[in-house]
Amino acid sequence: MIDRELPVTEDELHAFVDGELPDDRKEAVSAWLAAHPDKAALIAAWRAQADSIRARYGAVVNEPVPERLQLEQIIKNDITSGRGRSWPAMAAAAALVAFIAGGSVGWFARAATSPSPGVLDTFTAEALDAYKLYVVEVRHPVEVPGSELAHMKQWLSKRIGYDLNIPDLSSMGLKLIGGRLLPGPAGAAAFYMYEGPSGERFTIYCAKAGAPETALHFKSAEQFASFTWVDDKIGYVVSGPADRERLEAVTKMVYEQVDKGEPKKG
Amino acid sequence: MATFRQSVELTIPALRRYARALTRDADIADDLVQDTLVRALRSEHLFLGGDVRSWMYTILTNLNRNRLRSLARRPAMSSIEDNDAPDASSPESGARDIERALASLVEDQRHALLLVVLEGLSYREVADVQGVPIGTVMSRLARARAQIKSFLDGERPTLRRVK
Repeated sequence: MIDRELPVTEDELHAFVDGELPDDRKEAVSAWLAAHPDKAALIAAWRAQADSIRARYGAVVNEPVPERLQLEQIIKNDITSGRGRSWPAMAAAAALVAFIAGGSVGWFARAATSPSPGVLDTFTAEALDAYKLYVVEVRHPVEVPGSELAHMKQWLSKRIGYDLNIPDLSSMGLKLIGGRLLPGPAGAAAFYMYEGPSGERFTIYCAKAGAPETALHFKSAEQFASFTWVDDKIGYVVSGPADRERLEAVTKMVYEQVDKGEPKKG
Repeated sequence: MATFRQSVELTIPALRRYARALTRDADIADDLVQDTLVRALRSEHLFLGGDVRSWMYTILTNLNRNRLRSLARRPAMSSIEDNDAPDASSPESGARDIERALASLVEDQRHALLLVVLEGLSYREVADVQGVPIGTVMSRLARARAQIKSFLDGERPTLRRVK
């Protein structure tokens, strides 16, 4: 067989163990292993690992499901805790597509204007600190819940000294959890948190900035990333999990909504 | 055809198994499953069809990642027992060794390995759950297996094969 002569990669060895190899290649790898006892021993070790893991945890599926994990109970608790609710479905998805198709030129053109890295670095660092601190909060991620939107908008606008628009990202499946007031680089900062269907969280941080207007800056770490820009003397940082494509889509939506606000007090 | 809730309900035993192996603690595992179920039910209208099971694994994996990030900021606590070398004379040593070996993995590698060997997901499904390309899943898997092997070999010199 010609296949027998083809080199077998380590990826293929894993695929072999996990049943992901196509049938014709399986035989070739089996034959190859017969001639390579060291690799055969490696495969035996991987299989033994999997067996130990299954032996240790496999029986959990046979345990009776505890009462607190039964759906009836979960639904009941969720409603009594006052957290059960629904929010508008993906109604505006079409509008977003239209925005990206038609509006992206202007959006990226802005990125070509002159940057002001010092101001932005401080700003982004503060916002990312806030993101890291609050995004893991389960019980108290925010001070004011998203259900009190009008109150939150009024309060934060007053403290920041600027008429804020709190973006609605529900068309992207992101629900506003709420917001809080934070110390910013120069005065108060407003901080909003949104949550997606898989529990992923995005935040918007905004405060008065030292620059009138800047380009858009992307910054990423291993687990999370952010987009920062300053517009009309207000700096914005949108942070979220390190999936650049999604974060960019979210940022576009935020950018569009904060930009078309009511007449601003400055 | 099963309703959304019935499909969710069917995943509970497997979610508990996955969570137990991820956290190696029955209570923490069930907390994680509970949070996953709450989120899934609240987001029912956002579920646009597809495989409920994969979606549930995705939620649980994300929640576990959030949990660990929050733990990472607390002072590290490990019991004295954890620092001991595996005790090969105890009858349960095999089970304890594999627990410790799993604990020694980087989180993303642990997710990938358990989804494949314990939960039986395909590489494609794991890639979707983790939101990464298949190649990344395979390299996580390879690193996880190498790490477990060296953990078990290194900690148990008596069982090392002499060639």
